[in-house]
Amino acid sequence: MEFKIKSSPQTHLDNNLTQLMMRILYALIPALVAYVWFFGWGIVINILLAVVTALSCEALMLKLRQRPVKLFLTDGSAVVTATLLAMALPPLAPWWLTVLGVAFAIIVAKHLYGGLGFNPFNPAMVGYVMLLISFPLEMTGWSAPLSLVDYKLAFMDSISMIFTGQIASGLQLDALTMATPLDMLKAELRLEHTVAESLSSHPVFGLMGGVGWEWVNLTILAGGVWLIYKKVITWHVPVGVLGSLFIIAAVFYGIDSEHYASPLFHIMSGAAIFAAFFIATDPVTAPTTALGRVIFGAGIGILAYIIRTWGGYPEGIAFAVLLMNMVAPTIDHYYQPRVFGHRKK
Amino acid sequence: MINRILSRFHGGVHLPDRKSLTAGQPVRKAHLPDRLYLPLHQHIGASAEPVVAVGDSVLKGQMIAHACGYVSAPVHASSSGKVIAIEDHAIPHPSGASASCIVIETDGEDRWIERSGAEDYLNMDHSHLRNLIRNAGIVGLGGAGFPSFIKLNPGPDYQIDTLILNGAECEPFITCDDLLMRTHPEEIISGIKILRYALKAKHVVIAVEDNKPEAYQSLKGQLHNEDIEVVQVPTLYPVGGEKQLIQVITGKEVPHDGLPLNIGIVIQNVSTAAAVHRAVNEGTPLVSRYVTVTGGGVTQPRNLEVLFGTPVNELLEQCGGTNMAMSRLVMGGPMMGFELHQHNVPVIKTTNCILAATDHDLSPEQPMMPCIRCGSCADACPVSLLPQQLYWFARSKEFDKAQNINLFDCIECGCCSYVCPSHIPLVHYFRFSKTEIAAKEREQEKADQARARHEARQARLDREKAERAARLASKKAALAAKKARSDRASGGVSDDKKAAIKAAIERAKAKKAAKKQAGTEPEAEKNRAVSERKRAEMKAAIEQAKVKKMARKQAESGHERGVSEQKKAEMRAAIARAKAKKAEKKNDGI
Repeated sequence: MEFKIKSSPQTHLDNNLTQLMMRILYALIPALVAYVWFFGWGIVINILLAVVTALSCEALMLKLRQRPVKLFLTDGSAVVTATLLAMALPPLAPWWLTVLGVAFAIIVAKHLYGGLGFNPFNPAMVGYVMLLISFPLEMTGWSAPLSLVDYKLAFMDSISMIFTGQIASGLQLDALTMATPLDMLKAELRLEHTVAESLSSHPVFGLMGGVGWEWVNLTILAGGVWLIYKKVITWHVPVGVLGSLFIIAAVFYGIDSEHYASPLFHIMSGAAIFAAFFIATDPVTAPTTALGRVIFGAGIGILAYIIRTWGGYPEGIAFAVLLMNMVAPTIDHYYQPRVFGHRKK
Repeated sequence: MINRILSRFHGGVHLPDRKSLTAGQPVRKAHLPDRLYLPLHQHIGASAEPVVAVGDSVLKGQMIAHACGYVSAPVHASSSGKVIAIEDHAIPHPSGASASCIVIETDGEDRWIERSGAEDYLNMDHSHLRNLIRNAGIVGLGGAGFPSFIKLNPGPDYQIDTLILNGAECEPFITCDDLLMRTHPEEIISGIKILRYALKAKHVVIAVEDNKPEAYQSLKGQLHNEDIEVVQVPTLYPVGGEKQLIQVITGKEVPHDGLPLNIGIVIQNVSTAAAVHRAVNEGTPLVSRYVTVTGGGVTQPRNLEVLFGTPVNELLEQCGGTNMAMSRLVMGGPMMGFELHQHNVPVIKTTNCILAATDHDLSPEQPMMPCIRCGSCADACPVSLLPQQLYWFARSKEFDKAQNINLFDCIECGCCSYVCPSHIPLVHYFRFSKTEIAAKEREQEKADQARARHEARQARLDREKAERAARLASKKAALAAKKARSDRASGGVSDDKKAAIKAAIERAKAKKAAKKQAGTEPEAEKNRAVSERKRAEMKAAIEQAKVKKMARKQAESGHERGVSEQKKAEMRAAIARAKAKKAEKKNDGI
């Protein structure tokens, strides 16, 4: 439908999609700084690689789908998807892993479903899960916090590592990686150790979660709060995710603190905060009503805990997001607000 | 007086109000134009009908078109002069359409008709008072243009608890009500007293947005011992919307399928109250109003007191003319106003603002992007709708689904479109859907009527057939009876015997028939076959009459009659037919 006559309202708030997307990127800056500080330059290279790939794939798909390329390329959505996915990948992941994941996210998860606004699943998480299932080895090779390795990883080293799999000094990737705190805990618990034993046994664990991870998560939290303040997102999904995760973790921790990690550990060590503020809040794939969003978030928190605790993967948040994406339309259908002048049903 | 606790409504948007452009400028009388173009339709309801002819001289305030039907309003000459045409002329309408206008060439004298105010409205009959207001052509001046007298007639079933005077003026740029409240508070208060008397309202509240402290003070200063509250309401668009203001003032929600009246509330604009005062106390009909001429597109933005029918371009000239920066000419405010495509349209009763907007005043159109379901629209919606969902259905033309999620509760305030980061013209989609649904309903109505007509015709045909059959049966029966009588009269042993046998057979048959038909009726057995037949005939006749009546009823009430009624009538006709047939058969037997 094209409208020739400009209909009321005659004016508009000074906002647009690009501004919205850019704000999401701004909100990630503090986390990025912390990331680089604790884990080296790899993340920056990954993001650049991801953004270039995303924009290329986006342009290609827009061309093929005969959509206005410039208009959609500048909306910023592809850049956001690329950045979020890159931040979810191991910082020293080989270049092809990033390229493949991003290409899959943009081409399959986004454009094959109809492009911006029409994708039922979060593209970044689709890309992530595809990689996780297909390349488990590469996906779990997380770089260790710099403070825990002897080698001083320079910017060029990171580039070299990402593109060739080794650095000049002949050091292999293995020497620089370490299991993530969640991974480590899971392995320790399988060995019949208690939570307390596990946490004290390994330097990867910090005060609240993992070394470095704690700070990255706090900066992500700060960015997320800023997004709420700027009204880019609402509080409903983050509170749903973190609240439910905290509560369910607290319940099991209360029952048996030897075999279940504390709620604070659950929130601070994995990708819970990142997902709560930046992934699950993707409006396209989340419900739109306030109550619906809380329920959606709560579903993610609970599913993530279940997968983390009893599932095969140490971190379940990506699966949880995709699973809840599936029920988002149903949630929207059942949790509609009462309209003005209508009685409560 | 206890301070009123205000409620708030869902959503709404804070808008840059831009009222300072005109709020500080005194109101000026607009010049008398050479020609006045007075549309016959300046209100909600039926168009007025001209009562003057081309060539007639008219005086200012003379009724030149009378109200046509209940929901309608008369039109008065806004200055003296001569009617030179009654023809189509561009009118202020979003479609840019033309409509019938009475064109008056003014004589420059601006001579009034004889006016006299009511001596004492407090002793006036309520219906007389309403008629005064009606004949003065007063309609809601806030923008809707609903004939005001109708709202003053709640009927015996409703007690008016609160009369609310809407002085919120929540649209940006517009200051005409503000100026009226500041310059003529006495007229407003006087009008309010009349309205209060007409409605027997227990409480009266004047609501003013808190960005108009001068208007608030001015009204307060005018009040002495009157039991009238003046309330400052928070500036939040659309607080001036009828339902929103009622919610803020009283905390009550107008039912979605009802009127403010249903919850004991009547709401009128402050300018309407002033007009009521002039009509009742001075005998002055509605011929002019304050109009805000504003925006960066005019050199000297200000409020003008404008005679209805004055072309917009003349007003722009009187405000220093338009400049190159003007990109759009809008009638009404930026949120609910519409763009004018011709500058010669006249000011009408509902015109509150002429906005000569630059791109700085009103943001230029941006390309529409896909909906990302961010929900900003739902957050902004003052009636808690889900605009993104409505949009989805409107786009895919699933209008029934849109209706299911309460499309018709949309007040078209524009908040959703205003905040949409994808710049989707949501309100336009909703208007489009509403008109599509209305069109479909009209079609459906037509189809229903056609079906009812067809079914009524079928019933008529069936009835006629039954009637014919009954007539034939009665004729045959009469013949047979005659024959039987003549046979008996002619005598003869063989004949007697024959007659006896026949009678016996008839009796037996009658017995059988009576048993079959009436079941328990004992006298049927005793009766002769002839009377049996007669009864059957009578029954058939009664049924016919019933069917006839039904058909007439159906024809009268058209499609409203349900199919079941139709079916019942058909069934009755069928029973009548069957009975007549039976009677016929019996007679054949005789």
